[in-house]
Amino acid sequence: MAIKDLPTDECLLPGSAACPGCPATIALRLVLKALGRNTIIVIPACCTAVIESLYPYTSFDVPVMNIAFEAAAAGASGVEAALRQQGKKDTTVLAWAGDGGTYDIGIQALSGAIERQTNFIYICYNNQIYSNTGIQRSGATPYAAWTTTTVGGKTEFRKEMGEIIQAHHPPYAAQACISYPEDLYNKVKKAKGIRGPKYIEILAPCPPGWRFGMEKTVEMGALAVETGAWALYEYENEIMTFNGKSKLLLEQKIERKPIEEWIRYQGRFSHLFKPTKDVKRIKALDDHTEEVWKRYRACYL
Amino acid sequence: MTIMMDTGNYIAAKAAVMAKPEVVAAYPITPQTTLVEGIANYVASKEFKGEYICVESEHSAMSACIGASAAGSRTFTATSSHGLLLMHEMLHWAALARLPIVMCNINRVVGPGWNIWTDENDSISQRDTGWIQFYCSSNQEIFDTVIQSFRLAEQKDILLPVMINYNAFILSHTSMPADIPSQKQVDDFIGTYKPQWKLDVKSPITFGNIIGPDGYFKIRRAMQDAQENAKALIPTIAKEWKQLTGRYHGGLIEKYKCEGADHILLAMGAIGAESKDAIDELRKQGTKIGLARVRTFRPFPKEEIMKLSKQANLIIIDRNISVGLEGALSTEVKSILYGKSDAKVYSYIAGLGGKDVPYTDIITICKKATAGKTKEVVWYGLQEGI
Repeated sequence: MAIKDLPTDECLLPGSAACPGCPATIALRLVLKALGRNTIIVIPACCTAVIESLYPYTSFDVPVMNIAFEAAAAGASGVEAALRQQGKKDTTVLAWAGDGGTYDIGIQALSGAIERQTNFIYICYNNQIYSNTGIQRSGATPYAAWTTTTVGGKTEFRKEMGEIIQAHHPPYAAQACISYPEDLYNKVKKAKGIRGPKYIEILAPCPPGWRFGMEKTVEMGALAVETGAWALYEYENEIMTFNGKSKLLLEQKIERKPIEEWIRYQGRFSHLFKPTKDVKRIKALDDHTEEVWKRYRACYL
Repeated sequence: MTIMMDTGNYIAAKAAVMAKPEVVAAYPITPQTTLVEGIANYVASKEFKGEYICVESEHSAMSACIGASAAGSRTFTATSSHGLLLMHEMLHWAALARLPIVMCNINRVVGPGWNIWTDENDSISQRDTGWIQFYCSSNQEIFDTVIQSFRLAEQKDILLPVMINYNAFILSHTSMPADIPSQKQVDDFIGTYKPQWKLDVKSPITFGNIIGPDGYFKIRRAMQDAQENAKALIPTIAKEWKQLTGRYHGGLIEKYKCEGADHILLAMGAIGAESKDAIDELRKQGTKIGLARVRTFRPFPKEEIMKLSKQANLIIIDRNISVGLEGALSTEVKSILYGKSDAKVYSYIAGLGGKDVPYTDIITICKKATAGKTKEVVWYGLQEGI
């Protein structure tokens, strides 16, 4: 599937309240192209609750139910059960949450819904911060990154949500990134055709949150993959398959770019470069990334 | 009709299943457990044909009910105490979203210390969520109120969730006989749920997005209007049920021997039932006293209580405490009487932590109050040195 072959139907309407360069809207547009109009979205507190814009208007041309921060997966469970009772078994129920609503406050409801084999797709668009509330740390925020609640840089490494999901053994899980639209589209399309709980996480580089120019969103996602800060993979019937450049990285067919190549463009890491270069913390971040890939190779190669 | 001799929880489960919800989502908590187990048994026997989601928390139970209800399905759940408190955020959500979810709450003490007996602080602290709140006094009333609540909640001019409260163990685990109507009678009485709005791919609507102050102000007013509408509709539905089954537990309040009374006792739940024996005894002794058992805490029976206050002084027994002031029923009553009635109000707090309140205690309370030998607020039965 090439970009030119994507469906032309748009369920995300123009005129949303998203920031310029917003990765969530890039992802939403692609996801809805893959899912089509027979879709109901459940959205907890997150940027998309703002992006959808102010009553009586909406940016969505599919039904949307807003719900509380920690409740996306549970709310979607209810929608899915009701549709099943009503005989509407072909409608896709999509829970669409940010990393705060997934890694942190929503993890219990998500874990429960997957364990119950809820027939839905849960997508986490991961911008590595609480962006809607104004850039606070989440369990997805990388080590050393500045946020308004980690002023000198975060002192812990991020959670491996993908591995937590895999411990539930769902029929399908995947990691994608807005910089690789065909890969993202194909993963969502595949998830749509599978019964049971499907989890997809999309890396979503956030210009105001990560402090980079709005024209660099796609580039920041690509560099995250090339530096190994983010991996593209699919987990299907217990089998892990790495995709695109992540596959080449796993197989060591390409060299992993140093993490510095990704973080130097982001203002949230600027304290690692000014006034003097913080070699120790940059190395710690790079070493941690290397450890993750060593684990990937040990487990999945 | 058949007689079912069973506990409040199993009778509530029977009522819930006969109301044919399409989705039940629930999480177990003592003393609600036998209710959800009852539903699980109906799932196993195929008497219940809806979806039964065994969620991982009460917060998710209410969230799943919200999702199912928004998708246009009739929904039911049940909880108690800490479970209700964990739901608190979603109770507001369900009411603001105008979803006609029906829930049983078994009134249980809030910890610490751990205590599974009854008082009403769990549901009283949900007063401002927008839910309609019933308090039942017998297993028969639990059955009838569950059925009536589905009918009530789903009316176009109501569309509010309904909480049916009853006391832990005194009702939840005590067997009493209840008349069970036929399935057809229940079906005809409740009707089918026809949602005005739902999540429908053929007519895409965004539920609950951002709204400015003026729009939100209107949402709150509409909820208030719906509660006012419920005030009129609850007695009407109760009377229709009486025509169908011969049973009547009162509308917003249940009046008992109020004719000619110069003192009227106000209480809720099981204390309200126990009070009838106390009233009988006091009447025998020549005391002109009656009972107004408050069935609905929300909507609050303002007009009825005002009317009673024109005839009699009011004695109130609260099995709850709004710490820092007094019992919640007392506060509500005093607030509606302010400037409009000269009735004296005697407030008693009793039965907290599940302490038994037998009719003999109620007689003592009433005797002290009718003699005027009482303080403004009395903690009855509080033992020193424990």
